[in-house]
Amino acid sequence: MNFVVPDFYPAAAEILVAVMALVIMLASTFARRVASDLAYGLAQLTLVFAALVSVLVSPNLLAAVAAVISEVPLFGVRLAEVLMSLAEGYAANEVVATFSGMFIGDMLGGLLKVFSLLAVAIALLYGRGYLADRKMDRPEYYLLSLLMSLGMMVMISANHMLSLYMGLEMMSLSLYGMVAFDRDSPRATEAAMKYFVLGALASGLLLYGMSMIYGATGSLELSGIAQSIYHQAANKTVLVFGLVFIVAGLAFKLGVVPFHMWVPDVYQGAPTAVTLMISAAPKLAAFAITMRLLVYGLFELADQWQTMLMFLAVLSIVLGNLAAIAQTNIKRMLAYSGISHMGFVLLGLLAGVVDGDRNFALNAYSSAMFYAVSYVIMSLASFGMVILLSRAGFEAEAIDDFKGLNKRNSWFAALMMIVMFSMAGIPFFIGFFAKLSVLQAVVAAGYVWLAVLAVLMSVIGAFYYLRVVKIMYFDEPTDSTPIRAQGEVRFLLSANGLAIAVLGLLPQGLMSLCAYALLASL
Amino acid sequence: MTGMPFLSLAIWIPILGGLLVLATGSDRNAPLARSLSMLVALVGFAVTIPLFTQFDASSSSMQFAEFLPWIPRFNINYHLGVDGISVLFVLLNAFITIIVVMAGWQVIQEKVAQYMAAFLIMSGLMNGIFSALDGILFYVFFEASLIPLYLVIGIWGGANRVYAAIKFFLYTLLGSLLMLIALLYLFMQAGGSFSILDWHKLPLAMDAQQLIFWAFLIAFAVKVPMWPVHTWLPDAHVEAPTGGSVVLAAIALKLGAYGFLRFSLPIVPDASQAMAPMMIALSLIAVIYIGFVALVQTDMKKLVAYSSISHMGFVTLGFFMFNAVGLEGALVQMISHGFVSGAMFLCIGVLYDRMHTRNIADYGGVVKTMPKFAAFFMLFAMANAGLPGTSGFIGEFMVVLGAVQFNFWVAFAAATTLILGAAYTLWMYKRVVFGVVGNSHVAELEDIGTREFAFLGILALCVLAMGLYPFPFTEVMHASVNELLRHVAVSKL
Repeated sequence: MNFVVPDFYPAAAEILVAVMALVIMLASTFARRVASDLAYGLAQLTLVFAALVSVLVSPNLLAAVAAVISEVPLFGVRLAEVLMSLAEGYAANEVVATFSGMFIGDMLGGLLKVFSLLAVAIALLYGRGYLADRKMDRPEYYLLSLLMSLGMMVMISANHMLSLYMGLEMMSLSLYGMVAFDRDSPRATEAAMKYFVLGALASGLLLYGMSMIYGATGSLELSGIAQSIYHQAANKTVLVFGLVFIVAGLAFKLGVVPFHMWVPDVYQGAPTAVTLMISAAPKLAAFAITMRLLVYGLFELADQWQTMLMFLAVLSIVLGNLAAIAQTNIKRMLAYSGISHMGFVLLGLLAGVVDGDRNFALNAYSSAMFYAVSYVIMSLASFGMVILLSRAGFEAEAIDDFKGLNKRNSWFAALMMIVMFSMAGIPFFIGFFAKLSVLQAVVAAGYVWLAVLAVLMSVIGAFYYLRVVKIMYFDEPTDSTPIRAQGEVRFLLSANGLAIAVLGLLPQGLMSLCAYALLASL
Repeated sequence: MTGMPFLSLAIWIPILGGLLVLATGSDRNAPLARSLSMLVALVGFAVTIPLFTQFDASSSSMQFAEFLPWIPRFNINYHLGVDGISVLFVLLNAFITIIVVMAGWQVIQEKVAQYMAAFLIMSGLMNGIFSALDGILFYVFFEASLIPLYLVIGIWGGANRVYAAIKFFLYTLLGSLLMLIALLYLFMQAGGSFSILDWHKLPLAMDAQQLIFWAFLIAFAVKVPMWPVHTWLPDAHVEAPTGGSVVLAAIALKLGAYGFLRFSLPIVPDASQAMAPMMIALSLIAVIYIGFVALVQTDMKKLVAYSSISHMGFVTLGFFMFNAVGLEGALVQMISHGFVSGAMFLCIGVLYDRMHTRNIADYGGVVKTMPKFAAFFMLFAMANAGLPGTSGFIGEFMVVLGAVQFNFWVAFAAATTLILGAAYTLWMYKRVVFGVVGNSHVAELEDIGTREFAFLGILALCVLAMGLYPFPFTEVMHASVNELLRHVAVSKL
């Protein structure tokens, strides 16, 4: 058997992250005194560079970004020209599969990687002060973050069930470690244990499903699976059986009902900095593998999995919103709200094929992707606010800890209000346009009843977001400690909150990036 | 001058000005925040004046139109324009904003910048609602305007403000989200267009029309509010600060009625015709039943709130009889109600600022201590009761006239409002203002100062001017109303 040297170029960002993870491990062993500062700095640099490299090497991504930027007045056109010349120099022209078809470099992957890496970078920045206050600011944390990022990148670019699974495990194992990072805290350990056991179960389900699919189609490569099903060479019963397990496994990773049990406990139990991490980038990775497995691999079975997703979506939106009302812990509330948001993402995914007509797919999947990205931006800001209010020896975990925030600091109260209204889907914020695009896809697919149900549940959802606003604005503060945070956290959190408002006023750029990513990749 | 984007200015000057006011920060800068808000409100009103002076009353088309692609992904455009129906509301809104800023000048001492900013931003958003010609643009303004009002009620409101604020928000959100689905459905049917003007021409089957009508009905009926989804209004009014009540009554209630004219009637004319008997019945219930409810109120604000619902019943009645007199009467009634109810709430606010009670029973003999105020209050109470010579009369009279053309018994029932309105308003007025001085607090009341005199005086002039010479108002709306009725008469099936 001949050994073919694979094309490493599409995986340049992954290789960068992997090498830097090893460098951090070594460096922190030798430079003990400044280990955590060094590890943090290197990790941030790596993430930002990896994001840049991802932009550069992904086909079409740079050109799409240039197209969006060229709309910006003043310097937009000039900048776009620069980007275009870069794109000609570096980017691959089309979708490339490398490593014997295990790895795929396409714009969908590139875009999701960029967002995930930036989300991890932001999460590290928000969380650093929190970790330092709790003596958890150790190099291992940054190492685990990088390994988690690497796992996500492999998941996002997986074109093969094995690479997909490998990436998933790499991400999950790093996350288990991070949840348990505060090893003396019984709550965190319990959360980590729960996360691990349920996560392992989910991985098992996924793996079992994969083995079924493999048995039916004789291929582990996603395109091979699609081919085999298309030619009706596979046993349908076995396929559908496998599909059930795959959907269940994915549902676990996305955290949708009825596979959501871990979400509230882990969100609550984990240190807030880790919750922030879990709630953001991994959702994008989970979205990516859902796209890869269901759309790239099992698109021929869309009728089957769309029905399954419909159940999951309805249950998530209903239960997520209802359960969130009863919460007094803001992390738990945001966990349930996250469940309902993931339900909305599924709404987009289930509207792709109508009676065998595939013309809806692009619109529907890009809406779902836009929703997922918007959710990540909102989620980062919301947990960032929780971290901002926390300080050494005090966790701002109860919703009541936000009491009278307007009197304590009206700027951050306004930001949190923006986040809450955005999550509730009130315009002019990005959350509204996310809901709009998903609902539009659902109505286009003819599921008006589903859209009606979703908006009715949004009204219920609005109640608990409004309650947070009410607590911040209408109630008197019980805590008068001034809010302290490093300058860069204040700055980035403000930018994050404002991004929700600005992207709400001008959502076109992000929307068309998502749409173009799917157009170029499907 | 035609090149100036007056509508955009009317929308964005108050919003950006509001953000600027917000930037003045803490209450140390309150005087600055106040004068800056006044400036913004005045400039915001000034840019709406050309909308009236340069308006071509002979045309029914959309004027001062602006068009920019906003979200090409879904073909959503920043499309603005006003016709004879909407232009007056933009003016009214900008005008009321000045009054609200004046009314909150001294009363609001806490978080002044936020208070003023909330009203200015809300004013800009409401101008957006009245001038949007794109379904999503309309919706975005429609929803976003809930946020400032929610905060205004919740932060500066009365004792039970949290309940009222949340009730107000969720009630209206429920209605508008269902409308969103209808908008999306129309988007699909129109082949990917959110343009309201395209929807006006879109043929639709009857069952689709019925469903869309219901979706719009829920959204707009809650806003109007129509019986039986009116229960949020008295709560919100009672708990809101004076400025909030004024905006709520003068502008926010008009949004629902305006929605009927811009969406329900022209987009689903057949369903509207078919549903007209139900709408007329609901309107009459609002007029009569709510009128009786108003009669027994002990709280002045609640009384005026119920009277608002009753008056808005008149407006929806005028819409669904499909004749020109009725429809124009309803529009005049909306404008007039904007002045009159706003003035009524301001009067109650004047009393409340001094006595900190809204109970009718706590007053009596106010005329002895506040003669100037009593005179103004008298005028507005008469206008509220529909006395000839005031603006309240014109609208009610025209609607009744339209009702006679439509059906005598409907007209008969509607006309009872003239009796009921007089009964509850004047009875309240009698108990509050006349009689012996009720208690020592009333005896110590001070009459209105220059600032209060100013805003009550301006409103009094408006009420009288509109009552004595309504022609400029009806002239503006005439062409558009006729066009609308022609349009509604043509079946879309």
